Amino acid sequence: MLTIKNLHANINGKEILRGINLQVNEGEVHAIMGPNGSGKSTLSAVLTGNPLFTVTEGEVIFNGKNLLEMAPEDRSREGIFLSFQYPVEIPGVSMTNFMRAAINEHRKYKGMDPISASDFLKLMREKKEFVELDSKLANRSVNEGFSGGEKKRNEIFQMAMLDPKLSILDETDSGLDIDALRIVASGVNKLKTDHNACIVITHYQRLLDYIKPDIVHVLYKGQIVKTAGPELALELEDRGYDWIKQEIDAQ
Amino acid sequence: MSIEQSYIELYKEHHADLKKPCADVLNAGRDEAFTRFESLGFPTTRNEDYLYTDLGKAFSVDYGLNLNRLYIPVAFRCDVPSINGYLYYVVNDSFYATQQQPELPEGVIICGLNEAAQKYPELVGKYYNRQAANAKTATMAFNEAFVQDGFFMYVPKGVVLPKPVQLVDIMRADVDFMANSRNLVIIEEGAKAQLLECAHTQDPVQFLCNRVTEVFVGENASFEYYSLENTHNKTTNISSLMVKQEASSNVLINAVTLHNGLTRNNVQVDLDGENAEVMLCGMAIGDKNQQVDNFTLINHNSPHCRSHELFKYVLDDSAVGAFAGKIYVAPGAQKTEALMTNKNLCATPTAKMKAKPQLEIYADDVKCSHGATVGQLDEAALFYMRSRGISVKEAKLLLKFAFAADVIENIRIDALKDRIHLLVEKRFRGELSKCAGCVICQ
Repeated sequence: MLTIKNLHANINGKEILRGINLQVNEGEVHAIMGPNGSGKSTLSAVLTGNPLFTVTEGEVIFNGKNLLEMAPEDRSREGIFLSFQYPVEIPGVSMTNFMRAAINEHRKYKGMDPISASDFLKLMREKKEFVELDSKLANRSVNEGFSGGEKKRNEIFQMAMLDPKLSILDETDSGLDIDALRIVASGVNKLKTDHNACIVITHYQRLLDYIKPDIVHVLYKGQIVKTAGPELALELEDRGYDWIKQEIDAQ
Repeated sequence: MSIEQSYIELYKEHHADLKKPCADVLNAGRDEAFTRFESLGFPTTRNEDYLYTDLGKAFSVDYGLNLNRLYIPVAFRCDVPSINGYLYYVVNDSFYATQQQPELPEGVIICGLNEAAQKYPELVGKYYNRQAANAKTATMAFNEAFVQDGFFMYVPKGVVLPKPVQLVDIMRADVDFMANSRNLVIIEEGAKAQLLECAHTQDPVQFLCNRVTEVFVGENASFEYYSLENTHNKTTNISSLMVKQEASSNVLINAVTLHNGLTRNNVQVDLDGENAEVMLCGMAIGDKNQQVDNFTLINHNSPHCRSHELFKYVLDDSAVGAFAGKIYVAPGAQKTEALMTNKNLCATPTAKMKAKPQLEIYADDVKCSHGATVGQLDEAALFYMRSRGISVKEAKLLLKFAFAADVIENIRIDALKDRIHLLVEKRFRGELSKCAGCVICQ
């Protein structure tokens, strides 16, 4: 589904990604872990086309298409979804109008007519239950005045609405209490099928207790330095990152 | 020859023609007003109050005037057909009665200003030019010298108008054309009324409309005034709104500049009785080379009055916006509450906004604030929306619309609020830049 080859990217001339290689197939859950500043969030930003970052080398193929040539909106319409680490507040734009615009643009891309008002409301109602999102939130401005937990639940709600092929969860566990974490993780698990895939970026094993990864990668200094099964996450929880850092820095 | 000189000669030659069709009340101060104009001259950017808008230049076009009150046929149109109010028209500066005059509550008078001045000289004379005389501006003096007609509305003591009054102003001419129109609105003690005034242009010529509106709101009376400008790029619209409020009166003013050429709105509100309240808000949407200048003054002349002011601009392309808001608190006007906010969005690096909020306070127990911001579209919000599949164009539109929404929220007539929502959205989508039958704004 997703093939990343030798991806290099920088921000303001500072190189953050230094040759990422990654293969994600249908039905897989990948966890990307790593110490602060290793480039985890940059990877998610580059995959979704954040204009702050510049790709200098490498390629990303998503379902046979060159992802890096696509505008952010087209990547979304092709089925990529990012759950933001820091969801953006948009005062004055209601969740309903925001979601309707997004759904209709996705439909237009697929050559479909705009969704009917009743179908849209039904879809909203159905997907809100996924993450136990308060109905009242739909009438409020996007993320404005939402608590940390509400913002993250709102991200997963949007994910449920847009039904992506590849979801990237960027530290979705940060700022969540145990209950919210459980709700968010169970939402993600319910959306999981054999035909979609998920990249979970996290610092902690905790989230991976709920969202079970098939493969765990460690990102360090802009490269994937270790790839193993779910047991790697447990080992990292236990031992920290220092042993990996030493291993790599020694090379 | 200076720009003023051509008008001085015009007045000398035609003042008798000007006066002939008009009631005495309108003619009484005409010569004196013209003398005042002569000494003031048109304001240029050298004048502090006109720093951003050169009105003198706007008057330099060789405009036609309809001094002899010729009937000009017109196809009426209206952008807000849904409010189901009492409907009236002013074409250029002439009041046009519609075929079916709506039935008004007893005692209410709505007609042309000249007709009112002839039929009710005492009533009109009691109010005409009383509020306008407080402002010694050249364009208002010019208006007083050249005015021949306009709109008159009188709501007597205690009468509540059950429906809004809608006044549609249409500029219509085959040559470059100027109109000096005057509205007089009297809302007596305890009365309630809503007025919507829409300004349109109909022909592909240069228009200059210099309109003065005087509003008198009595004790405990309530008045809502909505003005909507949807004119073409070759229009100069100078509007001076002068409001006098008595004790415990409540006024809402909402001025929306949807589409225009060059616009200068002067607003002066005098809070002359205790406990009076005014909400003054406005919105301007500009693109291409459009220019919108709102110049407002709220005088807190009495204690315990409240004023809230909110103006928002969304400027695209090379549009220029200016906002000058002054709040004056007179000596002794204690317990004044005056809040002023001006927020502006420059969507391109070439759009310009000039904001000047001012407070002048001569009382010591007051609550006053003012703030002005100029910002760009939020890049983080744009990316967030794009990451959900929303196109840049649509995302920008949503942000602009969200930015302007709270001004629309202050509209208290639901049907009008919905309609303005729609018109503003169409405007941001670029669907309003060309009105049917007009070739000016491509």
